Amino acid sequence: MKLLSDIFLIIGALFCLLGALGLLRMPDVYNRIQAGAKAVTLGSLALLLGVGFAHPDWWPKLLVVGLFILLTNPIGSSTLARAFHRSGVPLWHKQRDES
Amino acid sequence: MHPQLQHTAFSFVFAFVFWLLLVGSLDPQELVAGILVATAVAALSSGRQPILAGIRLRAGAPLAFITYLGSLLVALLRANLDMARRVLSPALPIRPVLVRINTSLRSDLGRLVLANSITLTPGTLTVDVEGDALLVHWIDCPPGTDIATATQTIASGFERHLRGFLQ
Repeated sequence: MKLLSDIFLIIGALFCLLGALGLLRMPDVYNRIQAGAKAVTLGSLALLLGVGFAHPDWWPKLLVVGLFILLTNPIGSSTLARAFHRSGVPLWHKQRDES
Repeated sequence: MHPQLQHTAFSFVFAFVFWLLLVGSLDPQELVAGILVATAVAALSSGRQPILAGIRLRAGAPLAFITYLGSLLVALLRANLDMARRVLSPALPIRPVLVRINTSLRSDLGRLVLANSITLTPGTLTVDVEGDALLVHWIDCPPGTDIATATQTIASGFERHLRGFLQ
Protein backbone atom coordinates (compact mmCIF):
# COMPACT_ATOMS: atom_id res chain seq x y z
CA MET A 1 0.00 0.00 0.00
CA LYS A 2 2.76 2.41 0.94
CA LEU A 3 4.63 1.57 -2.27
CA LEU A 4 1.51 1.96 -4.46
CA SER A 5 0.79 5.27 -2.77
CA ASP A 6 4.34 6.51 -3.43
CA ILE A 7 4.19 5.41 -7.07
CA PHE A 8 0.94 7.29 -7.72
CA LEU A 9 2.19 10.39 -5.88
CA ILE A 10 5.31 10.42 -8.06
CA ILE A 11 3.27 9.90 -11.25
CA GLY A 12 0.99 12.76 -10.22
CA ALA A 13 3.93 15.04 -9.48
CA LEU A 14 5.52 14.13 -12.84
CA PHE A 15 2.37 15.05 -14.78
CA CYS A 16 2.10 18.34 -12.89
CA LEU A 17 5.76 18.99 -13.82
CA LEU A 18 4.93 18.21 -17.46
CA GLY A 19 2.07 20.70 -17.24
CA ALA A 20 4.41 23.38 -15.93
CA LEU A 21 6.93 22.57 -18.66
CA GLY A 22 4.12 22.84 -21.22
CA LEU A 23 3.26 26.32 -19.93
CA LEU A 24 6.88 27.36 -20.47
CA ARG A 25 7.42 25.77 -23.88
CA MET A 26 4.14 26.38 -25.72
CA PRO A 27 4.11 29.48 -27.95
CA ASP A 28 0.66 30.99 -27.31
CA VAL A 29 -2.13 31.13 -24.78
CA TYR A 30 -4.37 28.43 -26.34
CA ASN A 31 -1.58 25.87 -26.49
CA ARG A 32 -0.60 26.72 -22.93
CA ILE A 33 -4.17 26.18 -21.75
CA GLN A 34 -4.16 22.81 -23.56
CA ALA A 35 -0.98 21.68 -21.86
CA GLY A 36 -2.10 22.98 -18.47
CA ALA A 37 -5.66 21.63 -18.53
CA LYS A 38 -4.84 18.03 -19.39
CA ALA A 39 -1.64 17.52 -17.42
CA VAL A 40 -2.95 19.09 -14.23
CA THR A 41 -6.26 17.19 -14.38
CA LEU A 42 -4.54 13.82 -14.68
CA GLY A 43 -1.80 14.89 -12.26
CA SER A 44 -4.27 15.80 -9.53
CA LEU A 45 -6.25 12.59 -10.09
CA ALA A 46 -3.04 10.55 -9.70
CA LEU A 47 -2.14 12.52 -6.56
CA LEU A 48 -5.60 11.85 -5.10
CA LEU A 49 -5.19 8.14 -5.93
CA GLY A 50 -1.84 8.16 -4.12
CA VAL A 51 -3.39 9.83 -1.06
CA GLY A 52 -6.20 7.26 -1.21
CA PHE A 53 -3.74 4.37 -0.97
CA ALA A 54 -2.00 6.01 1.99
CA HIS A 55 -5.28 6.74 3.85
CA PRO A 56 -7.85 4.14 2.77
CA ASP A 57 -10.56 5.66 5.01
CA TRP A 58 -10.51 8.88 2.93
CA TRP A 59 -11.72 7.18 -0.29
CA PRO A 60 -15.27 8.62 -0.36
CA LYS A 61 -14.12 12.22 0.03
CA LEU A 62 -11.28 11.78 -2.46
CA LEU A 63 -13.82 10.46 -4.97
CA VAL A 64 -15.88 13.62 -4.52
CA VAL A 65 -12.77 15.81 -4.93
CA GLY A 66 -11.74 13.85 -8.04
CA LEU A 67 -15.16 14.18 -9.71
CA PHE A 68 -15.17 17.88 -8.86
CA ILE A 69 -11.77 18.39 -10.52
CA LEU A 70 -12.81 16.31 -13.54
CA LEU A 71 -15.91 18.48 -13.97
CA THR A 72 -14.55 21.95 -13.22
CA ASN A 73 -11.01 21.91 -14.62
CA PRO A 74 -12.07 21.66 -18.29
CA ILE A 75 -14.82 24.24 -17.73
CA GLY A 76 -12.28 26.68 -16.34
CA SER A 77 -9.90 26.06 -19.26
CA SER A 78 -12.65 26.49 -21.86
CA THR A 79 -13.88 29.68 -20.19
CA LEU A 80 -10.37 31.16 -20.24
CA ALA A 81 -9.92 30.14 -23.89
CA ARG A 82 -13.29 31.65 -24.80
CA ALA A 83 -12.41 34.94 -23.11
CA PHE A 84 -9.14 35.11 -25.05
CA HIS A 85 -10.88 34.20 -28.30
CA ARG A 86 -13.59 36.86 -27.84
CA SER A 87 -11.05 39.57 -27.04
CA GLY A 88 -9.35 38.74 -30.34
CA VAL A 89 -6.13 36.98 -29.34
CA PRO A 90 -4.88 35.44 -32.63
CA LEU A 91 -3.63 31.90 -33.14
CA TRP A 92 0.05 31.18 -33.33
CA HIS A 93 1.34 29.94 -36.71
CA LYS A 94 4.70 28.44 -37.39
CA GLN A 95 5.07 30.35 -40.70
CA ARG A 96 4.68 33.71 -39.03
CA ASP A 97 7.35 32.79 -36.54
CA GLU A 98 9.89 31.96 -39.24
CA SER A 99 9.34 34.94 -41.55
CA MET B 1 -43.47 8.90 -14.59
CA HIS B 2 -43.89 12.67 -14.98
CA PRO B 3 -40.64 14.39 -16.11
CA GLN B 4 -40.77 16.88 -13.21
CA LEU B 5 -41.09 14.03 -10.73
CA GLN B 6 -38.22 12.19 -12.43
CA HIS B 7 -35.94 15.19 -11.99
CA THR B 8 -36.90 15.59 -8.35
CA ALA B 9 -36.18 11.89 -7.79
CA PHE B 10 -32.84 12.31 -9.55
CA SER B 11 -31.97 15.33 -7.34
CA PHE B 12 -32.85 13.29 -4.26
CA VAL B 13 -30.66 10.33 -5.24
CA PHE B 14 -27.80 12.63 -6.25
CA ALA B 15 -27.94 14.62 -2.99
CA PHE B 16 -28.19 11.45 -0.91
CA VAL B 17 -25.20 9.75 -2.57
CA PHE B 18 -23.22 12.99 -2.28
CA TRP B 19 -24.08 13.13 1.42
CA LEU B 20 -22.99 9.52 1.96
CA LEU B 21 -19.66 10.18 0.22
CA LEU B 22 -19.07 13.27 2.36
CA VAL B 23 -19.82 11.63 5.73
CA GLY B 24 -18.11 8.39 4.66
CA SER B 25 -20.09 6.06 6.94
CA LEU B 26 -23.28 3.98 6.82
CA ASP B 27 -24.25 4.71 10.42
CA PRO B 28 -28.10 4.73 10.79
CA GLN B 29 -27.96 8.24 12.23
CA GLU B 30 -26.12 9.52 9.16
CA LEU B 31 -28.55 7.69 6.85
CA VAL B 32 -31.59 9.34 8.50
CA ALA B 33 -29.94 12.78 8.45
CA GLY B 34 -28.98 12.20 4.81
CA ILE B 35 -32.53 11.30 3.82
CA LEU B 36 -33.85 14.43 5.53
CA VAL B 37 -31.26 16.70 3.90
CA ALA B 38 -31.67 15.08 0.46
CA THR B 39 -35.46 15.44 0.69
CA ALA B 40 -35.11 19.11 1.58
CA VAL B 41 -32.64 19.71 -1.29
CA ALA B 42 -34.82 17.85 -3.81
CA ALA B 43 -37.98 19.66 -2.69
CA LEU B 44 -36.39 23.13 -2.70
CA SER B 45 -34.63 22.71 -6.06
CA SER B 46 -37.57 21.01 -7.75
CA GLY B 47 -38.50 22.81 -10.96
CA ARG B 48 -35.56 25.22 -10.69
CA GLN B 49 -32.97 23.12 -12.52
CA PRO B 50 -33.67 23.39 -16.25
CA ILE B 51 -30.22 21.91 -16.92
CA LEU B 52 -31.44 18.53 -15.65
CA ALA B 53 -33.81 18.36 -18.63
CA GLY B 54 -30.87 17.02 -20.65
CA ILE B 55 -30.68 13.80 -18.68
CA ARG B 56 -32.27 10.73 -20.22
CA LEU B 57 -33.50 8.58 -17.38
CA ARG B 58 -33.81 5.11 -18.81
CA ALA B 59 -32.71 1.59 -17.98
CA GLY B 60 -29.42 1.68 -19.88
CA ALA B 61 -28.36 5.13 -18.61
CA PRO B 62 -26.15 4.11 -15.65
CA LEU B 63 -24.27 1.60 -17.81
CA ALA B 64 -23.81 4.22 -20.54
CA PHE B 65 -22.51 6.65 -17.93
CA ILE B 66 -19.93 4.16 -16.65
CA THR B 67 -18.82 3.31 -20.21
CA TYR B 68 -18.48 7.04 -20.85
CA LEU B 69 -16.37 7.56 -17.69
CA GLY B 70 -14.09 4.70 -18.71
CA SER B 71 -13.60 6.05 -22.23
CA LEU B 72 -12.98 9.53 -20.77
CA LEU B 73 -10.22 8.22 -18.49
CA VAL B 74 -8.56 6.39 -21.40
CA ALA B 75 -8.79 9.57 -23.49
CA LEU B 76 -7.31 11.62 -20.64
CA LEU B 77 -4.37 9.22 -20.33
CA ARG B 78 -3.74 9.29 -24.09
CA ALA B 79 -4.07 13.09 -24.05
CA ASN B 80 -1.33 13.36 -21.45
CA LEU B 81 1.06 10.98 -23.19
CA ASP B 82 0.44 12.90 -26.42
CA MET B 83 1.03 16.24 -24.69
CA ALA B 84 4.16 14.92 -22.97
CA ARG B 85 5.55 13.88 -26.36
CA ARG B 86 4.91 17.33 -27.84
CA VAL B 87 6.25 19.24 -24.85
CA LEU B 88 9.41 17.16 -24.52
CA SER B 89 10.34 16.95 -28.19
CA PRO B 90 12.78 19.74 -29.14
CA ALA B 91 11.05 20.53 -32.45
CA LEU B 92 7.70 21.28 -30.71
CA PRO B 93 5.53 19.47 -33.31
CA ILE B 94 2.31 21.54 -33.30
CA ARG B 95 0.09 22.85 -36.12
CA PRO B 96 -2.67 24.66 -34.24
CA VAL B 97 -5.92 25.68 -35.97
CA LEU B 98 -9.45 26.57 -34.88
CA VAL B 99 -12.04 24.19 -36.37
CA ARG B 100 -15.83 24.11 -36.15
CA ILE B 101 -17.47 20.80 -35.44
CA ASN B 102 -21.18 19.99 -35.46
CA THR B 103 -22.87 18.33 -32.53
CA SER B 104 -26.05 16.29 -32.64
CA LEU B 105 -26.66 16.72 -28.90
CA ARG B 106 -29.58 19.08 -28.33
CA SER B 107 -29.58 19.82 -24.59
CA ASP B 108 -27.38 22.33 -22.74
CA LEU B 109 -26.14 19.63 -20.38
CA GLY B 110 -25.24 17.33 -23.28
CA ARG B 111 -23.22 20.06 -24.96
CA LEU B 112 -21.54 20.99 -21.69
CA VAL B 113 -20.37 17.43 -21.09
CA LEU B 114 -19.30 17.04 -24.73
CA ALA B 115 -17.30 20.30 -24.55
CA ASN B 116 -15.67 19.12 -21.33
CA SER B 117 -14.79 15.75 -22.86
CA ILE B 118 -13.26 17.41 -25.93
CA THR B 119 -11.07 19.58 -23.70
CA LEU B 120 -9.76 16.46 -21.98
CA THR B 121 -9.09 14.46 -25.17
CA PRO B 122 -5.74 14.44 -27.01
CA GLY B 123 -4.83 17.76 -28.61
CA THR B 124 -8.21 19.50 -28.53
CA LEU B 125 -9.64 22.37 -26.48
CA THR B 126 -13.21 23.68 -26.70
CA VAL B 127 -13.12 27.45 -27.17
CA ASP B 128 -16.75 28.44 -27.76
CA VAL B 129 -20.24 27.15 -28.49
CA GLU B 130 -22.04 28.77 -31.43
CA GLY B 131 -25.51 27.35 -31.96
CA ASP B 132 -25.10 23.74 -33.06
CA ALA B 133 -21.36 24.10 -33.58
CA LEU B 134 -18.47 23.87 -31.17
CA LEU B 135 -15.37 25.95 -31.84
CA VAL B 136 -12.39 23.74 -31.08
CA HIS B 137 -8.70 24.58 -30.86
CA TRP B 138 -6.89 21.62 -32.41
CA ILE B 139 -3.20 21.52 -31.66
CA ASP B 140 -2.16 19.31 -34.55
CA CYS B 141 -4.60 19.54 -37.43
CA PRO B 142 -3.66 17.62 -40.60
CA PRO B 143 -3.67 20.10 -43.53
CA GLY B 144 -6.88 20.29 -45.57
CA THR B 145 -9.24 18.85 -42.95
CA ASP B 146 -12.91 19.75 -43.50
CA ILE B 147 -15.69 20.07 -40.96
CA ALA B 148 -17.06 16.56 -41.46
CA THR B 149 -13.71 14.88 -40.90
CA ALA B 150 -13.02 17.08 -37.87
CA THR B 151 -16.41 16.24 -36.37
CA GLN B 152 -15.79 12.57 -37.04
CA THR B 153 -12.33 12.59 -35.46
CA ILE B 154 -13.02 14.78 -32.44
CA ALA B 155 -16.60 14.32 -31.32
CA SER B 156 -18.20 11.16 -32.69
CA GLY B 157 -16.71 8.71 -30.22
CA PHE B 158 -17.96 10.66 -27.21
CA GLU B 159 -21.31 11.51 -28.72
CA ARG B 160 -22.02 7.81 -29.13
CA HIS B 161 -21.48 7.23 -25.39
CA LEU B 162 -23.22 10.46 -24.32
CA ARG B 163 -26.41 9.76 -26.26
CA GLY B 164 -26.95 6.82 -23.92
CA PHE B 165 -27.72 9.12 -20.96
CA LEU B 166 -27.98 12.68 -22.29
CA GLN B 167 -30.10 14.38 -24.96
